[in-house]
Amino acid sequence: MTTTPAPPAISVTGLRKSFGEHVVLAGLDLTVPTGTVYSLLGANGAGKSTTVRILSTLAAPDGGSARVRGHDLRTEPDAVRATIGVTGQFSAVDSLLTGEENLLLMADLHHLPRRDGRRRVAELLRRFDLVDAAQRPASTYSGGMRRRLDLAMTLVGDPQVIFLDEPTTGLDPRSRRAMWRIVRELVSTGVTVFLTTQYLEEADELADRIGVLHHGRLVAEGTAEELKRLVPGGHVLLRFADPTSLEDAERALGTSSRENGTLALRVPSDGGLRSLREVLGRLDDRSIEVEGLSVRTPDLDDVFLALTGQPGTEKVST
Amino acid sequence: MVTAPSLPGPAPAALRFHPLRDSATMSRRNLRHMLRYPSTTLLLVGMPIVFLLLFVYVFGGTLGAGISEGPGGRSEYLTYVVPAILLMTITSTVQGTAISIAMDLTEGIIARFRTMHIARVSVLTGHVVGSLVQAFLSLAIVMGVALLIGFRPEAGLGGWLATTGFLAVVTFALVWLSVALGQVSRSVETASNLPMPLILLPFLSSGFVPTDSMPTGLRWFAEYQPFTPIIETLRGLLMDQPVGHHGWVALGWCALITLGGYLWSRKLYGREHPS
Repeated sequence: MTTTPAPPAISVTGLRKSFGEHVVLAGLDLTVPTGTVYSLLGANGAGKSTTVRILSTLAAPDGGSARVRGHDLRTEPDAVRATIGVTGQFSAVDSLLTGEENLLLMADLHHLPRRDGRRRVAELLRRFDLVDAAQRPASTYSGGMRRRLDLAMTLVGDPQVIFLDEPTTGLDPRSRRAMWRIVRELVSTGVTVFLTTQYLEEADELADRIGVLHHGRLVAEGTAEELKRLVPGGHVLLRFADPTSLEDAERALGTSSRENGTLALRVPSDGGLRSLREVLGRLDDRSIEVEGLSVRTPDLDDVFLALTGQPGTEKVST
Repeated sequence: MVTAPSLPGPAPAALRFHPLRDSATMSRRNLRHMLRYPSTTLLLVGMPIVFLLLFVYVFGGTLGAGISEGPGGRSEYLTYVVPAILLMTITSTVQGTAISIAMDLTEGIIARFRTMHIARVSVLTGHVVGSLVQAFLSLAIVMGVALLIGFRPEAGLGGWLATTGFLAVVTFALVWLSVALGQVSRSVETASNLPMPLILLPFLSSGFVPTDSMPTGLRWFAEYQPFTPIIETLRGLLMDQPVGHHGWVALGWCALITLGGYLWSRKLYGREHPS
């Protein structure tokens, strides 16, 4: 056993991959500390799945290097496979077997002793709400159930780094929330989660750090808050009871704009406490009554739009 | 289980491969598919049985008269055609192998297996073992039907053992070939069509009529294609007659097909799957 400090769960340097003429990854760098959730955010065709395929040993990069828990992908793929779990975008369950048989298959492939395997399977069926469906063939499962079974199968081997490629794409809102809860529980047990998504809300909900992938390159990286701060568009919305107060406030604050047809004023702000206090202080000095106030910080949609010039939900064809 | 999440990387012992154990697990998976969906096996075994009945009862009277020097007939033709039908049973089974491999690939389960620390070849050997069992089950059924309608082999115990062993060698070869064919197919439909030549080749051999009766070009092909020595060997073993050089030629072909199929399969399994 080594006594050096644990390496980051994932470290990627200059990763490149092309399919023929088409460049999918154009030099990707990222680091994911152990025990955190990293979300790769991007539209379809941005290179998210390719990144997961490379990091999970399914595809070889054309250039650059990557390590998972200190193991080099190129020279120690076996060691990488022994430590990861992957739930791909497309269901990887055996439709002809029942849910329980699928999980037992995984237990056998991880060489768990029979009794431990059965216990682990029973526990996962409970945790993923699949007890009632355990004896039914997976072909009869709904999309959400298949996805849960898929993830449960990934967890049989106690992976330390889990790759989730668009785990909630195509799921209904309820199943999506269930999946989020499961991911949060996973992280609380200390595993590292690398997740791709095209939903900004999902990255915002789950990730410690977010990387925005666009045309095979990271165009921004940081916490959801840091990313939001990158874009202008944050403001304070002040509402007034009468036109007089509105006009007074407009004069007092200077840089502001009226909301059309309402008695509201939009004041640019980073949403921080200091700037808010300043705005309120100026109004207070002139005894202007404010009826209501709301702070609007940009959401990740704004971030995405600002960084890539495209709305996050737009599909980019490849 | 003792796991320490904080340790950087698994202990070296965890990196050992268990090809036999993994292959056994994968074989169980394939056998379970077979037991769970017996209709697949029945469908695959149905074709050779239909051909057996068709060739014996519809064409058998006339064909029987043509194949034998003496007063040929239906029962002579039954004796003549059984080896070809047995071979057809095997080719029908391996068509199923190709289909189930292609299904695995479209389901994404093989992608999961590829990301797991398991002996890689076990995914393929699982299909091979499953298909071997399925083929022998089918062969037993087809042989049962043949015996029922009057097939009377002359082989003693030794002959039967040799027949069984030889059938295993032939099945093994064709299964490996179709494991490759299943992988090379991009869809389940292609996988069910690609092994078609294997289904047709017995007709262009000494299986249904003696090669002497064919026109020169076809005859030349029929005599040199692998299924003719295989059928002649089976015929010899079942009827307790000297196999002659056919036995060695057949085994040579099987070794070649096995090796080719295995290497091709391994290459295909190792390749990168874009998507």
